[in-house]
Amino acid sequence: MLGALTVLLLYQLVGEVLVHVLALPVPGPVVGMLALFLTLRARGDLPAPLRETATGILQHLSLLFVPAGTGVMVHFARVSGEWLPIVAALLASTALAIAAAALAMRLLMRYGAAQRKGEK
Amino acid sequence: MTPRIVDIWVYLAATPLLGLTITLAAYLGAYWIYERSGFNPLLNPVALAIIALVAALKATGTQYQTYFDGAQFVHFLLGPATVALAVPLFAQLDRVRRLFVPLAGALIVGSVTAIVSAVAIAWALGVSESSLLSLAPKSVTAPIAMGISEKIGGIPSLTAVLVVATGISGAVMAKYVLDALGIRDYGVRGFALGVASHGIGTARAFQVSEEAGAFAGLGMGLNGVATAILMPLMLVAWRSF
Repeated sequence: MLGALTVLLLYQLVGEVLVHVLALPVPGPVVGMLALFLTLRARGDLPAPLRETATGILQHLSLLFVPAGTGVMVHFARVSGEWLPIVAALLASTALAIAAAALAMRLLMRYGAAQRKGEK
Repeated sequence: MTPRIVDIWVYLAATPLLGLTITLAAYLGAYWIYERSGFNPLLNPVALAIIALVAALKATGTQYQTYFDGAQFVHFLLGPATVALAVPLFAQLDRVRRLFVPLAGALIVGSVTAIVSAVAIAWALGVSESSLLSLAPKSVTAPIAMGISEKIGGIPSLTAVLVVATGISGAVMAKYVLDALGIRDYGVRGFALGVASHGIGTARAFQVSEEAGAFAGLGMGLNGVATAILMPLMLVAWRSF
C-alpha cells in the first residue's frame, strides 16, 4: 500500500513538473493520470497493490471534497444576493449536462452498432 | 478547572488535529446514514458532512481558515486520487477502445452543455461577471476547476464551493434524470455522471456499480482535460464577439 501510494505521489510530481516546464494549460494531477495510464499500457498489466490502493482511495473520493465544500460558509455573505440565480443555473445546467452526455453517447453507440450490422 | 479546559481548547484549535478529525468524523457519520438508507441519493454523504461541519464551526465560532489548516491534509489527497483514476481507466481499456467515438462525442456534448448552459442561465438571471466566471468550470474536479477559474478571472475559492455543489446535485439527481430518459447501460450512466459532476458523481457511480464507476472516472478525467483546453478558447471567442 505504501509503495502504491508513493507511485501515485510520484506520478503527480511528474505531472506537476511537466506542466511547469512545458507551460501546459492542464493541472498537474491530470498529466500524472495520463502518464500513469500510459505506463500501465506499456506494462500491459496492473500490479495488485496499486489496484487495491487506487480502489480504496476512489471509494471514498467524495470525502476529499468535504474541506473545500465547507468553504461555503465563507461565501454566504460575499454573494448572498446572487445565491438563488447561481443555484438555479447550477441545478439546471447539471441536469442538462447529464442528459446531453448520456443521449449523445447512446445515439453514437446505436449509430456504430447499426453501421457494423450494415458491413456484415 | 474551567481555565484548563479553555487552555486545552486553545491548544487543540491551534493544531491540525482537530480539523482533520472532525472532517473524518463528520464524513463517517454522514456515510453511515447514507449506507443505512440503502444508498439513497438524496442523503448524499458530502452534503450531510458539510452541513454538520458548517453547523459545528458556526456553533463554536471557529474560522474556516483555522478549520482548513487541519482539513487541508484531506484536501491534498485530491491530487493523488486524480492520478489513481488511471487504474479504473486501464481496467476498462477494452471497452473504452471499442467505444472511442461515442465517448468522444458524449464528452464534447456534455462538456460544452455544462459550461454554456450554466453561464447562459446565470447570465440571464443577472449574475455578476466574477460569479459567472467562477461558475463556468463547475463541472470539473476541484483542483482543475480552481486552476481554470483563476486563469479566466473568477474567484477560485467560490469555484471550489460551486464545484462541490455541482457534484452533490449531480450525484443526487442522476438516477432520476437517467431513468426518465430510459438509459440503462452502466457505462453510459457512469460516463454522463462523471462528465457532469466529476469526483462526487464518480464516487456515487462506484457505489452503484464498478463499471459505472470506471466510466465515471474516465468522464471526469477527460472532462477535466477538455474543459481546461476549451474554456480559455471559449472565453476568447466570447470576448471578441
